[in-house]
Amino acid sequence: MEFFERFAIPHPSIAIYASMVAAGLTMIAVIAGLTYFKKWGYLWREWITTVDHKRIGIMYLISALLMLFRGGVDAIMMRAQLAVPENKLLDAQHYNEIFTTHGVVMILFMAMPFIIFFMNFVVPLQIGARDVAFPRLNALSFWLFFMGAMLFNISFMVGGSPDAGWTSYFPLADGESVGSHYYMIAIQIAGIGTLMTGINFITTILKMRAPGMTLMKMPMFTWASLITSVIIVFAFPVLTVALAMGTMDLLFGTQFFTLDNGGMAMLWANLFWVWGHPEVYILILPAFGIYSEIISTFSRRNLYGYKSMVGSMVLISLLSFVVWAHHFFTMGQGAFANSIFSITTMAIAVPTGVKIFNWLLTLWKGKIEFTTPMLYSTLFIPLFTLGGVTGVMLAMSAADYQYHNTMFLVAHFHNVIIPGVVFAMLAGLTFYWPKMFGFMLNEKIGKWTAWLLSIGFLLAFMPMYVTGLDGQARRMYTYSESTGFGPLNMVSFIGAAIMAVGFVLIVYNIYYSVRYASRDISADPWDARTLEWATHTPVPEYNFAITPEVASSEALWDVKKKDHVLFKGDYEKIHMPNNSGVPFIMSCIFFAWGFSLVFSLWIPAIITTIGIFVCMTLRSFEKDHGHYISVKEIEDTESELRGA
Amino acid sequence: MKLKMALFAIMMSIVTVLTGCEQLTVLDPKGPQAERLASDIMLTMLMMAGIVIVVFVMLVIMLVKYRASKQPADYEPPHIEGNPWVEGILVGIPVLIVAFLSIVSVQSNYIVESAPQGYEDKEPLVVYASSSNWKWHFSYPEEDIETVNYLYIPTDRPLEFRLYSHGPITSFWIPQLGGQKYAMNAHVTKLHLAADVEGEYMGRNANFSGEGFAENQFDVTAMSQKEFDEWVEEVKETAEPINEAKFEELLEPGHLGRMTFTGTHLEFSPAPEHHHEGDKYEEEHNHSDEHHSASRKESSDRKHMNYNE
Repeated sequence: MEFFERFAIPHPSIAIYASMVAAGLTMIAVIAGLTYFKKWGYLWREWITTVDHKRIGIMYLISALLMLFRGGVDAIMMRAQLAVPENKLLDAQHYNEIFTTHGVVMILFMAMPFIIFFMNFVVPLQIGARDVAFPRLNALSFWLFFMGAMLFNISFMVGGSPDAGWTSYFPLADGESVGSHYYMIAIQIAGIGTLMTGINFITTILKMRAPGMTLMKMPMFTWASLITSVIIVFAFPVLTVALAMGTMDLLFGTQFFTLDNGGMAMLWANLFWVWGHPEVYILILPAFGIYSEIISTFSRRNLYGYKSMVGSMVLISLLSFVVWAHHFFTMGQGAFANSIFSITTMAIAVPTGVKIFNWLLTLWKGKIEFTTPMLYSTLFIPLFTLGGVTGVMLAMSAADYQYHNTMFLVAHFHNVIIPGVVFAMLAGLTFYWPKMFGFMLNEKIGKWTAWLLSIGFLLAFMPMYVTGLDGQARRMYTYSESTGFGPLNMVSFIGAAIMAVGFVLIVYNIYYSVRYASRDISADPWDARTLEWATHTPVPEYNFAITPEVASSEALWDVKKKDHVLFKGDYEKIHMPNNSGVPFIMSCIFFAWGFSLVFSLWIPAIITTIGIFVCMTLRSFEKDHGHYISVKEIEDTESELRGA
Repeated sequence: MKLKMALFAIMMSIVTVLTGCEQLTVLDPKGPQAERLASDIMLTMLMMAGIVIVVFVMLVIMLVKYRASKQPADYEPPHIEGNPWVEGILVGIPVLIVAFLSIVSVQSNYIVESAPQGYEDKEPLVVYASSSNWKWHFSYPEEDIETVNYLYIPTDRPLEFRLYSHGPITSFWIPQLGGQKYAMNAHVTKLHLAADVEGEYMGRNANFSGEGFAENQFDVTAMSQKEFDEWVEEVKETAEPINEAKFEELLEPGHLGRMTFTGTHLEFSPAPEHHHEGDKYEEEHNHSDEHHSASRKESSDRKHMNYNE
């Protein structure tokens, strides 16, 4: 029995047992459902082994939505615990576990896959490509991310959750339970997947654009994806190394971040934020790209200041690497170092401000239509501006001595991430939904959702600015009544509850629209401007029967207004990649490898390590030249889609 | 549109409420350092409110004026590439604001990192503040006394805190006297504070440090130099001496109330200030057998977050 004790959870509670039962029942239901409806073969052929960027994108989307709800439940529990002083809903340990998993899940397993979903689904269509540059690598990216996320998510049921915060500072993350092991290894596995995504998309965007699409004629979302990919490629290796060092500290007794023997705890903090700060721009730049597409589409105008939009993103990407120390101004590195990082941090406000004003000037002389995606975008501008200016306040390094580690900081980063990233994701989801599934989400429910989320957001996070200035430190699981934090924290809880209603409405909207929405929509239901709307809905496997020729960043608009001809010539046979089960199998082995390392099961760890290398070796010797889609098949597909 | 205007009104009132909240702890400074920070905060808040208003007004104008429903059906929005002048202004004004704030920021950095202004000529009181899970140990080397979880300080005298940690990274913070700074295990960080006004202030560890973090706080009492001297005398007469065994016991994870000792733990467990080889303290703690009298353990009935009064 001793062997099995390690899998027990150190701090059990009814809520955890209930989730175990729920997770078990869900698993059984899924397996039973797949067997009953005889869908195993379909699942394997069409999804698990797929290398199609659109399907991989949709799998990213599903994962992101699942994780949004996991992280959202964590958030509601936190706000409920803090709603009244001296609350007994959660104890300190559970609260610590919950805010740790909330942070990791929301950033790495919700926001990241959400933006990668957009990159996957939109970029190849937007540049007129048939797929990404390395389709099989793309599948491996997804499955590694997915397995990393799953490994992280079972932690609270098997062995215990990490509890040292999403930053997991050493020496706090000393591996007393296996929680920190989960953190190091699960993020490592997902991070490898993300790094490969970065490489994949740089190559795709640089090498696979349609004829005529020079760099300065790329749509803004593609530009954002390119720059994001570059940041990924520069930032993620730092995380990989830091996590490897942390793993070795925890598992093999190296002394990189320990208290004694020359270890440096702050080295982890530095490495973490050298990755962590660019990471927030990895999230926000694609969001900016999505807003640019949406605002321009529904203002019925071209994007104002295209060149300065691109320039500001390039500048942001450079600056994002030279501001990391602002996450610990209070570390005592002295006035000089703080001054430099204070100035570089404030400098980011300039290119960001340029973008805000360019969006405002895109509305200027437009013909603004308030669709749901546009509503999110117009709510984004004022709400994100609030978050941006508080960021400038935080950048004042001396004043940061008073903001650091308080609810003011928590309010700030939620104030940029929720209106900035989450609203963009929801706006983009509504915008691209018809392209993916052939029907539109209900506009009325969608607008209700946007308003509820905005009002809930304001109620939940504005009070935190006040309590932060009043001395409420973050990550406290409780506070006494005499502090006077009670009423404002109750307002926060009400706001969080309203946001929860908003997120439930999204699910209801999907259900409602699946049942009732009209399937009779055109390939371009929003009257949009870029290439992704020039192909059919649903998008055929090969995206474009004939490679489009492009003359500006708004290729489809040129067709509509300038009689531009996108598709010239006749059908030719199309070369497409073959499906492969290897990415999935290899990622499953990675999962087993990670699990073995988490629990220091050395023999399985060695076997799975060998398994990973075997998979890579097999791939090296495999001859797979893909397949061709014949002209006949293309003709059939095209006439069928045109008829539909 | 009504909803949008309502939203706008809510936001504006929040900004005004925030700027009017002088009684918020951080904006109610009781020392020169905290005062400088509070005035920086107010300054940036006002400037930022200005920027927010500009953006909000522009947005409202655009949304009201250029809605599709206000335009003729055949209106075709023009193609506008951008204008170097307009974009130059959009870069130029933020650059000016950032440049101004950078100057303020750099000045403040040097101010908070040196002896408090107006106190430069006075001898600072040196206090070693070290954290362990989940307590604060305050050693007064000159006075040769030590307290746990409470801090008595004289007013009108600069305070030099030397911070380090016996465990995870913590952050020493007395918001009404000044900003926070990390306490780490490998080296000592310095924090310069001073109290202008007598009173009781909240102090805490602001950096998450594990299970007992929420209660990891301490009470600060600022008093006149005379009262402070009297208190030191009283401690010397009544408190128990600290020794290595006792200190090891104190370091065990958990919460303790207020405690008071004569002597400091620095004698047998020095702060990580120097990294010299063989920097071993001499066997000089032979003062431990004297004071067996009254131990002054005040059970601080967990008076969390005891603000001034």
